[in-house]
Amino acid sequence: MTQASNVLRRQELDAPASSAQPRVQLRAVEPVRAAEHDHLEWLETEAIHIMREVAAECANPVLLFSGGKDSLVMLRLAEKAFRPGRFPFPLLNIDTGHNFPELIEFRDLRAAELGERLIVRSVEDSIASGRVRLKRPDEDRNRHQSVTLLDAIGEFGFDACFGGARRDEEKSRAKERIFSFRDEFGQWDPKNQRPELWSLYNTRVHKGENMRVFPISNWTELDIWQYIGREKLPLPSLYFAHTRPVIVRNGLYLPVSDLVQPKAGEEVMEKRVRFRTLGDVTCTCPVLSDADTYEAIIEETICATHTERGATRLDDQTSDASMELRKKEGYF
Amino acid sequence: MSAQTLLRFSTAGGVDDGKSTLIGRLLFDSRSVLEDQVANLARTTERRGGKGLDLALLTDGLAAEREQGITIDVAYRYFATKKRKFIIADTPGHEQYTRNMVTGASTADLTIVLIDAKKGVQPQSRRHAAVASLLGIPHLVVAVNKMDAVGYSQERFEAIRAEFSAVIAKLDFANVHFVPVSALEGDMTVARGKNLPWYRGPALLELLEQVEVKKSTGAPLRFPVQYVAMPGMPGTFHRGYMGRIESGGIKKGDRVLVQPCGLSSTVRDIVTFEGSRECAQAPQSVTLVLADEIDISRGDLITHPETPAQPVRTLDVVLCWMDAAPLQRGGRYLIKHTTNTVKAVVERLDYRLDITTLERDTSATQLALNDIGAARLKLQRPLIVDDYAHVRATGGFIIIDEVTNHTVGAGMVVPSPAGSP
Repeated sequence: MTQASNVLRRQELDAPASSAQPRVQLRAVEPVRAAEHDHLEWLETEAIHIMREVAAECANPVLLFSGGKDSLVMLRLAEKAFRPGRFPFPLLNIDTGHNFPELIEFRDLRAAELGERLIVRSVEDSIASGRVRLKRPDEDRNRHQSVTLLDAIGEFGFDACFGGARRDEEKSRAKERIFSFRDEFGQWDPKNQRPELWSLYNTRVHKGENMRVFPISNWTELDIWQYIGREKLPLPSLYFAHTRPVIVRNGLYLPVSDLVQPKAGEEVMEKRVRFRTLGDVTCTCPVLSDADTYEAIIEETICATHTERGATRLDDQTSDASMELRKKEGYF
Repeated sequence: MSAQTLLRFSTAGGVDDGKSTLIGRLLFDSRSVLEDQVANLARTTERRGGKGLDLALLTDGLAAEREQGITIDVAYRYFATKKRKFIIADTPGHEQYTRNMVTGASTADLTIVLIDAKKGVQPQSRRHAAVASLLGIPHLVVAVNKMDAVGYSQERFEAIRAEFSAVIAKLDFANVHFVPVSALEGDMTVARGKNLPWYRGPALLELLEQVEVKKSTGAPLRFPVQYVAMPGMPGTFHRGYMGRIESGGIKKGDRVLVQPCGLSSTVRDIVTFEGSRECAQAPQSVTLVLADEIDISRGDLITHPETPAQPVRTLDVVLCWMDAAPLQRGGRYLIKHTTNTVKAVVERLDYRLDITTLERDTSATQLALNDIGAARLKLQRPLIVDDYAHVRATGGFIIIDEVTNHTVGAGMVVPSPAGSP
């Protein structure tokens, strides 16, 4: 490929390559606003179909549930797929021990409201038993979840795990199947994926192997918010604008907590913020925001200038291939 | 404002025809690329020795792909305008091109074939159009790209249009559109630009927003039973049949036929999470409650008695082979069709299709990876099918190797060859 032929020559885009915040204007068309959303119906019906396929074809499925917005959408979709009956699978939470307390409260509350069985397995236990070894006591536990997850899969013999991952989140996700095959080590092999045609899913696995199933693969962050708004889904308060102490680290606002204390030279500030994603409390960053209603968040999402992960995750900034590497180790 | 609808489209091609740049352009100019991605793009462009922003790198894939310098597989990308949400199935044009093109095309309403204005119609352009036609995609958009490199020449565009129109005359598309574009300069992509004043038709994005997505009104009811629900709770139904309406529509009180058992009943209720409904249509996922106690299970098909599907023990099919181990006469496989999985044996191989020339090689004895051909399958027990051209959902199937569990092929039901038993 000749680079020159593919280089975009629009002048205002020639921002210095080293600049972290290029001065570019990306307002070529009017932002997306529509009165109704037929596409949400389509996305919903696709997700219900996928969940029912798993229920029918897999012997022992489980739904990974964190209490975060994508997994709350997953629970609503499971209600749509299986009510008035019970879910034909339990919920599983991998507790990293690096949590936002509100998220844990919300997780338990929601599972109790639904009357569904919630299994919790914790990274702390994996550390105590020596299955997870930390380089530093306070290090980010995002990656370590994989060990606890794989152990839980082994403990219960799950053959399919629903996850709330979306293809718009990250470029290795863009190439992952809705039914993503994992070998007996839980690994994803991007070069050896099963072709996925029409809506016919090959769910077959051998003993010890499993499927990760992503019913909301085709949803974007905006779809999620529009759906949450349409369904009026209750969410943890962290997703709405609130005031909290933060410090600036690597150009992002990091919330001050028991696990994150200011280092020398870091100033603690009170900021009005909300979270776009919720993960490990030591590396999940909020964005400045006054949006405290569904409508305001949808409006902000429409006008967002940064991607969900780019704006909020310290751990995804480390390498072009962070997610891809984690997934090869069994990450969902 | 009208409702925001969904359009799924596929693209295929290699790095040279500017496909990545075109997709990058659509994402970029429709504001689907955000500032951190732009910053990342600028860094990546510089690291690989380029300048400014190489839009083609926006659709760059995995580390595993970069190591090998190839694109492995189908990538899905998303963007939206106020009229539509778009899902792009972006498929590489080389290596396992047929397998990937077929996969991407299987869910598409429209496909974009890119033709480099400098090079004109290439074998790959023909292959892509043939695959799109085979998969029953109604809309074909031919984007004649790199118009900037031919001085935005109307004659050049018209010459390509004439040549490619002749190529696709034999293929079956409801609608074909030709658009001159320059993905590099952004002409006639999202914006019209200033360089193609002689072209009066819609710009590419405008076309994507306007194309009519086929509604299944008038199509026959096809409701494959996915899962039998027995909630066992007071105040609810006793047995419900969960599934997605793949084609047509259904109303409360409708007389329905259950295939293959041939028994009929009446729709007593259509249940959803939101409550009972009077009617439902494709592609809604619902739970049907019938008036009579019939033994119905996953794999059964609910239809209207006036428009049943065909129960068959032998299937005439067109296949795309997707596995390194070739398909051979006598080969035994599993077929997954709607919510059914049955064993099948390849009774005969009719021909291998040269996807570039559309010639049939009737002497072929096997189908290798990426080959397309026609065969007759004998089934262990009947499947309830339609011709793929009639109803996609009951005409398409995947082929699974029972030992490896790999998906080794995809097939489409076709009418029996004339004069064939």
